[in-house]
Amino acid sequence: MSTMTFHAPATVAEACALLAAEPGARVLAGGTDLIVQMRSGRIAPAAVIDLKRIGALSGVREQAGGFVIGAATRCTALKEHAALAAAHPGVVEAANLIGSVQVRNRATVAGNLCNASPAADSVPAMIAAGAVALIAGPQGARELPVEHLPQSPGRTALAPGEFVTAIRLPGKAAHSSDAYQRLTPRTEMDIAIVGVGAAITLAGDGSCAAARIALGAVGPVAVLAEAAGAALVGTRFEAAALDRMAEAVQAVCKPIDDKRGSAAYRTAMAAVLARRVVQIARERAGEA
Amino acid sequence: MNAQSGHNAYRVVGTRPVRPDGIDKVTGKALYGPDQIAPNMLHGAVLRSPHAHARIRGIDTSRAEALPGVKAVITARDFPGQESVTFKGGETSGDRRDIAHNCMALHKVLYAGHAVAAVAATSEAIAREALALIVVDLEVLPHVISVAEAIAPGAPVLHDDMFTEGLEPKPAQASNVSATFTMAKGDAAAAMARAAVVAEGRYVTQPVHQGYIEPQACVASWNSDGQGQIWCSSQGHFDVRNLTAGILNLPISSLRVTPLEIGGGFGGKTTVYLEPVAMVLSRKAGRPVRLAMRREEVFAATGPAPGSVFEVRIGADADGRLVALEMEFWNQSGAYPGNTLHGGCATALGAYNIADARATGWDVVSNFADTHAYRAPGAPQSAFAVESCIDEIALKLGMDPLELRLKNAVKPGDPSPSRLPHGAIGYIECLEAAKASPHWNTPVAEGESRGIAGAFWGNYGGPSTVAVSVASDGSVAVTTGSPDIGGSRASMAIMAAETLQVPYESVRVAIADTASLGYSMVTGGSRTTFATGKAVVDACGQIIDSLLARGAQLLGVEPGEVAWRDGAVHCMAAGREGEKLDMAAIAGRVHQFSGPVSAEVQLNAQGYLPGFGVHICDVAVDKETGFTRVTRYTAIQDVGRAIHPDYVEGQLQGGAAQGIGWALNEGYVFDGAGRVDNAGFLDYRMPVCSDLPMIETIMVEVPNPAHPYGVKGVGETSIVPPLAAVGNAVSRAVGKRMRDLPMAPEVVHRALAGA
Ligand SMILES: Cc1cc2nc3c(=O)[nH]c(=O)nc-3n(C[C@H](O)[C@H](O)[C@H](O)COP(=O)(O)OP(=O)(O)OC[C@H]3O[C@@H](n4cnc5c(N)ncnc54)[C@H](O)[C@@H]3O)c2cc1C
Repeated sequence: MSTMTFHAPATVAEACALLAAEPGARVLAGGTDLIVQMRSGRIAPAAVIDLKRIGALSGVREQAGGFVIGAATRCTALKEHAALAAAHPGVVEAANLIGSVQVRNRATVAGNLCNASPAADSVPAMIAAGAVALIAGPQGARELPVEHLPQSPGRTALAPGEFVTAIRLPGKAAHSSDAYQRLTPRTEMDIAIVGVGAAITLAGDGSCAAARIALGAVGPVAVLAEAAGAALVGTRFEAAALDRMAEAVQAVCKPIDDKRGSAAYRTAMAAVLARRVVQIARERAGEA
Repeated sequence: MNAQSGHNAYRVVGTRPVRPDGIDKVTGKALYGPDQIAPNMLHGAVLRSPHAHARIRGIDTSRAEALPGVKAVITARDFPGQESVTFKGGETSGDRRDIAHNCMALHKVLYAGHAVAAVAATSEAIAREALALIVVDLEVLPHVISVAEAIAPGAPVLHDDMFTEGLEPKPAQASNVSATFTMAKGDAAAAMARAAVVAEGRYVTQPVHQGYIEPQACVASWNSDGQGQIWCSSQGHFDVRNLTAGILNLPISSLRVTPLEIGGGFGGKTTVYLEPVAMVLSRKAGRPVRLAMRREEVFAATGPAPGSVFEVRIGADADGRLVALEMEFWNQSGAYPGNTLHGGCATALGAYNIADARATGWDVVSNFADTHAYRAPGAPQSAFAVESCIDEIALKLGMDPLELRLKNAVKPGDPSPSRLPHGAIGYIECLEAAKASPHWNTPVAEGESRGIAGAFWGNYGGPSTVAVSVASDGSVAVTTGSPDIGGSRASMAIMAAETLQVPYESVRVAIADTASLGYSMVTGGSRTTFATGKAVVDACGQIIDSLLARGAQLLGVEPGEVAWRDGAVHCMAAGREGEKLDMAAIAGRVHQFSGPVSAEVQLNAQGYLPGFGVHICDVAVDKETGFTRVTRYTAIQDVGRAIHPDYVEGQLQGGAAQGIGWALNEGYVFDGAGRVDNAGFLDYRMPVCSDLPMIETIMVEVPNPAHPYGVKGVGETSIVPPLAAVGNAVSRAVGKRMRDLPMAPEVVHRALAGA
């Protein structure tokens, strides 16, 4: 019979030590991916290390002009943090598309990221917003932009013994905002056929000063479509600029055909959603 | 009792009291199938075939048996007389050999998920570990899934002893077509040739699952003296008993089945999957054994509704009178023969007066789970094809689709599919109610479109047994053998309280195990409130008779000098008016009379009537993505008489919700190896709350004279119209007839792109 140990450390250091000591260990945040995978028999970790008892990892803090979201913070708590919701409505709405209210009362955005699903909803939104993962490990702390953390479905850039302690987002910037949308056959409890996040900063004259567009479910990992953002910078979102943006979005799509959607459909929908989220982010930025 | 006399004639019927099982359910106390435990119980697990079609060359269980904690390992060889279980009929119909082989494969596995062995061990973890140690030597055979694959020349044949039933002469070659059935009147081909307009097409639906939340689960205990017990949830524990005893060659009364609360069935829990397996494990291990399916097992191994292919043509004259119908269809019935050909034909011929019509169905087996009943079996698929064509005719003639239906709808006295005249049906009343509804009278919103569809389901009566007893304090116990799926305990209490003229709360209803009452057929066919309800009313009538006789004796008056009023015996003898005896005063005196006050009624209820319905659906289709949102939905249905209106409305809403799911997103997806690729609620997309608007309901009451309170079955009709109601709305939005289900976003997007 296989056995599994369960640990609920109280400090980051303790968690690091436990993780380093057992190569087959898995970190547990909300458990809404981990426990489902364990029950289905897909994984059988030798040890499970719960992060929820580490006080420092729960909650949103405003720090050095930015926001630090502890790795054990439930998605619904993001909505309750007014300043965060005002600064990054796209990230907050993406996190609150995950599953259902019950799921979101457990699930975390760090877990969403570290589960490394290509369709994870909060990830494109975080990438667009310029989020950085704060990492603890046996070799000390380091930081990694969110887009570099997932490596392939189910695999991350975390070294053995490392885990994410928090996600850091920039503070509120003037004339800046973001948005996220996904396409699913159902309105809830579903997995994205495609998801698109956009963060837009407007210049004083209403033209595009900066744009980051990120895509989910159109490749093995969520991607930052740099050319798509670049196609908007300096424009006033004219039809031609939006067309170039949409083409650039489609150019980075490398989806697969599967039961959830054909590659052609996913690619076409990435462009449709990109236009929609750019429009929403732009409107929000104008009001911000 | 005058069924025609309108609601206000009743005190309790038509009110909405709290259901008696409600508190247990909302507080988590209710005991469902997977909750049951027995002392010293073992945990079982079933090994299932990964292949869709294979010959079993051998099974080596020795390593599993050697694992510490394992108490029994079984295969089909441990089932008594598996080869010879061939009889049909009795109380419980169905081919027991097929059911037995579906529970545990004997020579061949017919689908991925087919059980090949089972283990009982001291923990579920050990049982699952033991499964991995069983070596099954399978010779993989080519498989077929779709109708086209299964009927193609040279297709691999699932059953080498299956010769299409209903063909004359009997075919010389075995095939995957198990049966054919035709319903016809007049000369459809000649009438079609004269039609002014014809709508035709090929309509395709996928297998869909009933989607109950509670997985199949049971605890079984089989002693060395031959007596056994099973605790499980089902739609009919008497049939669980009969089927299991039949499969195990056990005298039926040696097996006692105790019903547990059921977490949804929708037709899917009218057969056995685990019970015989748990029994054989228990016999071998000498201890009670629990078996419970995981969700993937539910999807892979329990019966979805059949998929279907319909070729249909409907013709009308220039005034919109339907003149001809020709239909041929193929049911994709899974591993063993299905039985929905009749339902498919009757649905096509039953709702409209079409003088010349012909419907022929073919039942086709293929390599996925044996399909099983799902709410109005066979009807939704057929209504999808027929009601879509009718919408097309309305468009071609520029006619209002509701008026077109009104013009052709069957009325009492018109011939029914069985050729007998229709009884007190209410299709016209439903269409009129639809026409008068707030929904139909609200203009279609900008950017949206509207679909409408009608249909019916035949309903059923059948055998039920009930007992009613009056306790010494005058309170009433009603005992039935009908599992309560949709609030029937409340309805039984209401009908008893109405008949006895006592408060609802003084009647309590329980569902007896198979040793405590005579046979009742499954809760299915929308029969329970009608048939079991009729038995309850009859039994209450007998109780009243007994109380009147006893009361007269106690009062010392002639039997004719008492009357039953307000739950008491009233003296009518001259000069003694006003004297009365309540139920406690009589029932408390057991020792003075021949025994306690109780009555048992057995019946085989006849006179059931079909339920007609009309659904209206508004949709907004996102033209860029193909995503369809149902924005407004109204379900109108002739319910005969709503005993408890909340639960009747619930049935209308539930059927509509399931039908919307069937139309938009549900459907089995098979991978190249014939495995179900979406065996879970994530990718098998039933609608969730946020997908649906509040489903409005309009109950039309055309009472059934064959039931004391006018009841017609209401549970199934509501799933028949939605496929077409949604399809007609989406077709109008897309500007193109949508003939393939589900109409998932990508499918609609493709139609929009190609339109
Ligand atoms: C019913 C249901 C619906 C769902 N719907 C959606 C949806 O709509 N969109 C969506 O994107 N997802 C959905 N999910 C998946 C899941 O809820 C999300 O991915 C969620 O964000 C995971 O967070 P968690 O805290 O529960 O992660 P966990 O399950 O605790 O962990 C997930 C994985 O990440 C690892 N991990 C967790 N935290 C860390 C950390 N700090 N450092 C390193 N590794 C870590 C774990 O070891 C595990 O491998 C759904 C799940 C369910 C059960």
